[in-house]
Amino acid sequence: MARDGGVSCLRSSETMRVGIGGMESPPLDLDDVHVLAVDDSLVDRIVIERLLRITSCKVTAVDSGWRALEFLGLDNEKASAELDRLKVDLIITDYCMPGMTGYELLKKIKESSSFRQVPVVIMSSENVLTRIDRCLEEGAEDFLLKPVKLADVKRLRSSLTRDVKLSNANKRKLPEDSVPVNTSLPPPPSPFTISPDSSDSSPPSTISPESSDSSPPLSPVEIFSSPLSSLLDDEDDDVLPSSPESSPAPEESPVRRQKMGSPGLD
Amino acid sequence: MNTVVVAQLQRQFQEYLVSLYQQGFLDNQFTELRKLQDEGTPDFVAEVVSLFFDDCSKLINSMSRSLGRPESVDFKQVDSGVHQLKGSSSSVGARRVKNVCISFKECCDVQNREGCLRCLQQVDYEYKMLKTKLEDLFNLEQQILQAGGTIPQININ
Repeated sequence: MARDGGVSCLRSSETMRVGIGGMESPPLDLDDVHVLAVDDSLVDRIVIERLLRITSCKVTAVDSGWRALEFLGLDNEKASAELDRLKVDLIITDYCMPGMTGYELLKKIKESSSFRQVPVVIMSSENVLTRIDRCLEEGAEDFLLKPVKLADVKRLRSSLTRDVKLSNANKRKLPEDSVPVNTSLPPPPSPFTISPDSSDSSPPSTISPESSDSSPPLSPVEIFSSPLSSLLDDEDDDVLPSSPESSPAPEESPVRRQKMGSPGLD
Repeated sequence: MNTVVVAQLQRQFQEYLVSLYQQGFLDNQFTELRKLQDEGTPDFVAEVVSLFFDDCSKLINSMSRSLGRPESVDFKQVDSGVHQLKGSSSSVGARRVKNVCISFKECCDVQNREGCLRCLQQVDYEYKMLKTKLEDLFNLEQQILQAGGTIPQININ
């Protein structure tokens, strides 16, 4: 995996933490990409967790939208000056879940000032265009058709580090109009930037529950921390940040992945 | 290590695995699962399918209860069960099971209890059949490893 992507993740997370009450954060592992996976199916949770671990992510897997909110500390009303934010770099959630759907979870995350910048990816077994559109309009970063494959996750992982790198290189500009620094990419997709001044140092502008506890209680969740990933000899190796047009997975169909303004990747 | 024995077992393994694809038991998603297995996680696929089979058993039991009495069938519950089964079978590459679920859902949508019962029976048959087949496959894997060989990575088109 491209190591330089880890630097961007570190900076983004430092950035997120610094903005939030100036808390001192411990030195972070450069490869420490933390993903929150949400799926009510145990089989799917195990698979997605493994897919993410193999692409060197740390994973927390929960079985419902409520547990996800609980984990993020978004499940109660009190806001507090002292916030110990979790570092979450990506949230990937199933769409069809009992109780709270992935769409409802997406909305809650985008309404929260602390996590609205975190990219949210929706997974669904059904290729319903209205559903996809609705999610993208609500700010979803991407929409994956189940069953999720290794190539999908690798692509996510590489766009995660690439876009964070670009957005950090253009911190002062509007994300949508940012000019790529060292690649020939078109502007990166808009929902996906992490800028320092939108982190939570001011009262939330939207009414949404926010964390008050120093560490959100962890209900039964599966937490998997990954060592460095094994290098997979996989033909779908499109992980290099500087060459986004590298060969896409051959078995993909055009409707498989719907993404706004995706640069070069199908 | 007896290389002749290992080669023989590897060939057997390959042929068996290919036959499972050809007979429609497995699809490409099973190949994807195998990609996630390595020397550090040699039981990954076996563990995932084991969870899947547990899921099948549980869901089939609860759907059977819901379909039990003709005058009070909870089709919503059955539909939910089919949805879950379809999802997990798709995630592990259990092609035949998944295909039965497609028909099953159609019966559910029109509240056809008889059709549902037939699909339920069929899905039960298919998952048990697959379970047996995969047990044989994993046995071959174990034999290869015990003979000192490695599991071949096989590209299925």
